[in-house]
Amino acid sequence: MLKDFFSKPKKRKYATIPSDHTKQEVPEGIMSKCPKCGKIMYTKELQKNLKVCLHCGYHYQMTAYERVESLLDEGTFEEFDRGLVSKNPLAFPGYLEKLEKDRKKTNLNEAVLTGKGNIQERPVVLSVMDAQFRMGSMGSVVGEKITRAIEEADRLHVPFIIFTASGGARMQEGIYSLMQMAKTSAALERFSRHGGLTVTVMTHPTTGGVTASFASLGDINLAEPGALIGFAGRRIIEQTIREELPEVFQTAEFLLEHGQLDAVVKRHDLKKTLAGILDIHQPTNAGELQW
Amino acid sequence: MVNELEFEKPVIELKRKIAELKEFTKQSDVDLSSEIEKLEARLSRLEEEIYENMDPWDRIQIARFPERPTSLDYIQYLFTDFLELHGDRVYGDDGAVVGGIAKFEGLPVTVIGQQRGKDTKENIRRNFGMPHPEGYRKAMRLMKQAEKFKRPIISFIDTKGAYPGKAAEERGIAESIARNLFEMSGLSVPIICLIIGEGASGGALGIGVGDHIHVLENSWFSVISPESAAALLWKDASQAKRAVATMKMTAPELKELGIIDELIPEVKGGAHKDPRAQAELMRPVLAASLKELRAYAPEELVEKRYEKYRKIGVFSTLEQFARQ
Repeated sequence: MLKDFFSKPKKRKYATIPSDHTKQEVPEGIMSKCPKCGKIMYTKELQKNLKVCLHCGYHYQMTAYERVESLLDEGTFEEFDRGLVSKNPLAFPGYLEKLEKDRKKTNLNEAVLTGKGNIQERPVVLSVMDAQFRMGSMGSVVGEKITRAIEEADRLHVPFIIFTASGGARMQEGIYSLMQMAKTSAALERFSRHGGLTVTVMTHPTTGGVTASFASLGDINLAEPGALIGFAGRRIIEQTIREELPEVFQTAEFLLEHGQLDAVVKRHDLKKTLAGILDIHQPTNAGELQW
Repeated sequence: MVNELEFEKPVIELKRKIAELKEFTKQSDVDLSSEIEKLEARLSRLEEEIYENMDPWDRIQIARFPERPTSLDYIQYLFTDFLELHGDRVYGDDGAVVGGIAKFEGLPVTVIGQQRGKDTKENIRRNFGMPHPEGYRKAMRLMKQAEKFKRPIISFIDTKGAYPGKAAEERGIAESIARNLFEMSGLSVPIICLIIGEGASGGALGIGVGDHIHVLENSWFSVISPESAAALLWKDASQAKRAVATMKMTAPELKELGIIDELIPEVKGGAHKDPRAQAELMRPVLAASLKELRAYAPEELVEKRYEKYRKIGVFSTLEQFARQ
């Protein structure tokens, strides 16, 4: 009625009980909902727990800077090549705008962060890919930054550690992207020939041309639990072989079982594990046995 | 007719007409020789017009033509004493990769190549030229053998990509490709890669790191196949033609980008018109490469190869961003 229109709405006599669905739509920032077990936790606590779910152990993706902070001794990180940016060699429509957007979003110049620093007082050159920047895809700048980082490790005679997270080669740079696979692999080969140690840590997700180049070329290849690691996409494989693939297909655990990884290491154990590997590979003075 | 492509239909039709007229002249008393002459002149103009103005999509069609010569065809025409060597010594013998030892103009060489079939039966045996890990590992075994005996390596690339299957993933297809990129960049013997048809993605690159990369005129080499690119970029595999137009994957475009060394011309209308003549067009390019590369000392060769790949990439420095 028209009269009702002007009168104050009647106070409801019942309380609103949010449904399960709305209950889980907690604003990001204060609370986080685990994509695996669906449980809610304080984002602050999640951050403190290295972005590992407090309930089920699910490893959230980390940003490159979070990774550096979680691994390197405080104040030791020195970034390389921060000003290197992609051009648009194939004049791909909209590409430069997408890059600009992701630069703003991530505060990174590209999908990989490189630099040097110490892990428990042992110097390393570190590269960390960030899947938030163009899905971590590899174009000219990613290939160039990783190659320069490997060459710097070679010059400094320190180990090279790389954390991978990538959707593969970057379509918008065409053949240049493909060639970065060869370039980075060649740099690792030369570094290896000079006796350098490379450790790769594959994180979620590591796929395509990145898996088929430097990610698989460590002297030691590690992965985080549950990480998706593979070459071809799941959907393409399912279409090709016309069967459904098991849930665990292309997970770190699956690769370990099939002999494709050295170890799956929980995020909380990574720093210790890496420090242990660095310790074993410390240059020793030949002839001066310590035992 | 199996032997024709959409864009060359006018040529084929005119040829048919001329043949018909010739036949007609034979069987009757009417003299059509002046007519025939005129048509033949028109044919040569038409051929020139069509074959010299192929767009990238036309070239992709030729690259994929079932009758296009394969690695084994060129091996047969270019080398003598070829002995095929099988198996990766780990798991199996991949039919999608062939390899062995042979002589090129008397010089011992190791030859590897991706191998597809020309008909369904052969394609099943060859897995449509899409290798599994054992194919890449067989190739690497033969390349290491070549290095030991100081034989140059000649690699023929022709694949729609590494096989996207379950077993391939289980046996480490990514690692097998990665390992080849790593090892090939450090081998101390000359490596000459010839892209003879399709060259898709890591699957092609897996036997494609070398000192010289030569590409047949109607071949392509790309980070992704046109159909997959279209599916990824525009969620529509039927936009493959648009992907080809955008991504610069055909031989002339690759030459322009400075990615490849020599663009090897093809016989008129494509290599399938005369495979033997095509091989003869490749021979001098291969000979020149071998002559040049064999002059380098092993360390020099590896260093030059490193520099070749080291400089590939397009980027700039943004001071403003660097200071932030």
